[in-house]
Amino acid sequence: MDFPFPEYNLQYMLPEIFLFVWALVVISFDLLSKRNNGSTTGYLTLFGIAIAGLLLGLVGNGKGFGKMFINDNVAVFFKVIFLGAAFMAVGSSFGVMQKKIVNHRGEFYALLLMSTTGMMFLSSSQELLSIYLGLELTTIPLFAMAAFYKDDKLSVESGIKYFIIGAFSSALMVYGMSFLYGLTGSTDLAQMKVAFFKTHLQFGDMGIVMILALIMLAAGIGFKLALPPFHQWAPDVYEGAPTPVAAFLSVGSKGAGLIAFAKIFVDGLYAYHSPDMAPNDWGMLIGILAIAAMVLGNVLAIRQTNIKRMLAYSSIAQAGYIMIGMVALSASGIASVGFYLFIYLFANMGAFAAVAVFEDMTGSCQIKSYAGLARTSPFFSAVMAVFLLSLAGIPPLAGFLAKYYVFASVVDVAQRSADSSWMYWMVGIGLLTTVFALFYYANVIKVMFFSPETSPYKVEAPLPAKAVLAIGVIGVLLFGLYPEPILQFATGISSSLHFMP
Amino acid sequence: MESQILTLVTFFPLVGIVLIMLAPKDRPDTVKGVALLVSFVTMLLSFWLYSMFDKVANGMQFELNVPWITSFGINYHVGIDGISLLMIVLTAILTVLSILASWNSITERVKGYFISMLLLQIGMIGVFCALDLFMFYIFWEVMLIPMYFIIGIWGGARRVYAAIKFVLFTMFGSLLMLVAILYVVSAYHGFANEYSFDILKLATMPIAYKPQLLLFGAFALAFAIKVPLFPFHTWLPDAHVEAPTAGSVILAGVLLKMGTYGFLRICIPMFPQATITYLPYICVLALIAIIYGALVAMVQRDVKSLVAFSSVSHMGFVMLGIFALNLQGVEGAVLQMINHGVSTGALFLLVGMIYERRHTRLISELGGIVKVMPVFATLFMIVTLSSIGLPLTNGFVGEFLILIGTFKANMTYGVIATSGVILSACYMLWMYQRVIFGKITNPENEKLIDLDWREKGILIPLVVLIFWIGIYPKPFLDRIEPAVRSLLTQTNMVREDIGEPAFTVETDGSLSGMTAEDVNLNSKGEVHE
Repeated sequence: MDFPFPEYNLQYMLPEIFLFVWALVVISFDLLSKRNNGSTTGYLTLFGIAIAGLLLGLVGNGKGFGKMFINDNVAVFFKVIFLGAAFMAVGSSFGVMQKKIVNHRGEFYALLLMSTTGMMFLSSSQELLSIYLGLELTTIPLFAMAAFYKDDKLSVESGIKYFIIGAFSSALMVYGMSFLYGLTGSTDLAQMKVAFFKTHLQFGDMGIVMILALIMLAAGIGFKLALPPFHQWAPDVYEGAPTPVAAFLSVGSKGAGLIAFAKIFVDGLYAYHSPDMAPNDWGMLIGILAIAAMVLGNVLAIRQTNIKRMLAYSSIAQAGYIMIGMVALSASGIASVGFYLFIYLFANMGAFAAVAVFEDMTGSCQIKSYAGLARTSPFFSAVMAVFLLSLAGIPPLAGFLAKYYVFASVVDVAQRSADSSWMYWMVGIGLLTTVFALFYYANVIKVMFFSPETSPYKVEAPLPAKAVLAIGVIGVLLFGLYPEPILQFATGISSSLHFMP
Repeated sequence: MESQILTLVTFFPLVGIVLIMLAPKDRPDTVKGVALLVSFVTMLLSFWLYSMFDKVANGMQFELNVPWITSFGINYHVGIDGISLLMIVLTAILTVLSILASWNSITERVKGYFISMLLLQIGMIGVFCALDLFMFYIFWEVMLIPMYFIIGIWGGARRVYAAIKFVLFTMFGSLLMLVAILYVVSAYHGFANEYSFDILKLATMPIAYKPQLLLFGAFALAFAIKVPLFPFHTWLPDAHVEAPTAGSVILAGVLLKMGTYGFLRICIPMFPQATITYLPYICVLALIAIIYGALVAMVQRDVKSLVAFSSVSHMGFVMLGIFALNLQGVEGAVLQMINHGVSTGALFLLVGMIYERRHTRLISELGGIVKVMPVFATLFMIVTLSSIGLPLTNGFVGEFLILIGTFKANMTYGVIATSGVILSACYMLWMYQRVIFGKITNPENEKLIDLDWREKGILIPLVVLIFWIGIYPKPFLDRIEPAVRSLLTQTNMVREDIGEPAFTVETDGSLSGMTAEDVNLNSKGEVHE
């Protein structure tokens, strides 16, 4: 039999290849310099990420490895987010490195780069198996990074917990994928889509195997996104893991879950939500998960005394808001997901960077140790307040626009489709929970600004952390007032996926 | 230039914010000076705006409409009519006075305080200029954060509780408004096949009766919390009592008006049928607010919370006037919005001045102050009488117009509301008597010093306004009238649609020609009873 060789077109993979090589360069450099190079490793990593970003801009769109690796608008958008998250996580890690991870800088940064490579592969894959591989390459380095303080009980616990849950969810997902393969005879998303159209036309309803597959996949991805009821790992892992890792996890890992979800559910299972054929069967399932995430995340966050746990619950809630855009299943819905994640990158990485800076200085993550900080470090407190208010969705900060876009796209769809009252409920509950959210975000601001005592600490951040904070603030303010470029960029996503008009 | 002037007025305080940020920390006087200067220039700009305003023209003036976020159909659309014009001027004046009033009382974190004040001013003026629903919402929310800090950092003993309560109440309301905005814009997309947040365009869209009811409800709740209409008023006394003097002045003078302004600008033009349906309920709530606010004010032991509850009562009058839905009622309501800002603002300033001297606001601790502070007592007297609505003061013109309107619309409401006037005389005069007259029972009151030049300078402009509006309200009414008239024409059209009798809009002998003397003659019996 004649076996046609696929066109490799390796140039489209250049950023990923470069990142992988750079990970090896970083770890070798660290070893060769006898782990005695101060912050150079960190700067080297930042430099590598910047170069990868540059390469990403240069390679352009196209296909490699037959059709298995595609650089399209979706992929580029998410890759930008992943590189940004990696950049900001590395930038906020310099303090931790100096205090706690002195002798393992190389491994830390190499793992982070590998995880980023995994995310980037994931966003380019067009096929179930490479999606799975991408997800694994994303999470396995993260298991090790979560447990990076090896003498710290909490950190080790968080690593193990994350590993067990992560492995379990991957298993669920592979199982779900095997059903899809069994139903269609292909792992390629495009062929799968065609096959599903045929079966759907023939039988008109889903069938039990399909439902099982959907539940498995939703659960598997739900774990990655920390959607309830699959969220229990998140607070412990966020609390125990080094803060930059928690930050990277909250944005990067969430982005990875989202893109996997978009590829499998929105694109691959298009037959099940196209307007002329479908009972929108999985939309409500995800809608319920989103509601649960918003309610549980926001309510439980109120009681937290540790700021990292609070941010963990807040990130559960944020995942709920993002999924609302997914449920809309329209071009503007998916664009709103992208926009949300983009803004979330600035606000959340910024907030975590601020927490990291404070933790490096005081060793504490308790909210009460922020008391009176505004008197000694007004600038730092104001920056932190901007991040928290953006997460809470207060205009004119960008977080508000992101929430607005998500809700607006679902209301738009609800008005056009019959039997959509549950969508209005989802929007109503979602907006109501933002009041709870405001309560706990404002609580941190209250502690920093309104407390009568003066804080014993004066915050001094290392230069890269300052840069990360500045990038975050500029992003949140600038894109709050002038979101048009990012909106255009995010709208590009929808052109690569199939949607209702 | 003409189309840029609104932008200039709105964002001029930004100059101050930047300058204050750059100012050194150990020079509080520089910071105060910059804040005062900037707010003063903003006030002059607002006067310029006033002088350029064409009082005969219909519709919006100084309009500017440029695309902002094209993907969402959001425009930077500003423009004002007579109602917004007067509110902008009031805001600008009150901001200058509040900054002056904070001169000595704010001693710590001076930079933050004045930055918050100027930011607040941007938000307030922005709301009054906005003709795009999205901008309206953004400015509406922008006011929230500085006010949160002003109450929470520089407020009284229970400031943190009051600040959080204020924010959560307001936020709850604004989220309902956001839901309604989402729905309206999406419905407009279905109607005109374009996304638009333009308040004027959205008002042209017919909305079915049932969604109108829900949408009106959502907007009205947000605005009613801000007004505050009974029973959504519970945040107000806390916020007022705990806020620093300047915070209370701005809160009472401008922020409460956002609610009534929202009813006029958004609720009534956009959902006219729902307005008619909700009208009786809102009027009843307004009447309850008038009576309830007055009765609760009467038994307060703290002067500041007395003034706070009197605001509930007075804003009830404004709501009643708006929902009389006739020319006199709405004109009176708009004028009363200004009056309330002037009189209650002045009352809070006076209370603040006495608090700075005695560090108490309890009525029982005061008394006999007239002997040591005659100037203070005189000014207090004038402001008290204006708040009651004595003829020749501003309060009278506003309340009188509102009452005429109410009587025309519904006799029973009118009668009940009039009793509120009497109640307000009771609690204000009784309070005045206990604070100012009588023997000096507390020896600390003997050493009080009368007002200095700064304090007189703060109060005199307000006193001038009190008499100006009281004696010659024509310039103000002239500017309000076209706006009110076009609002009423819109709702009237709808009344005919649904087969209810239209309210009369007088085309001849309009009220704006009336001076206080005329009003006086007509009504002597009513007010002195």
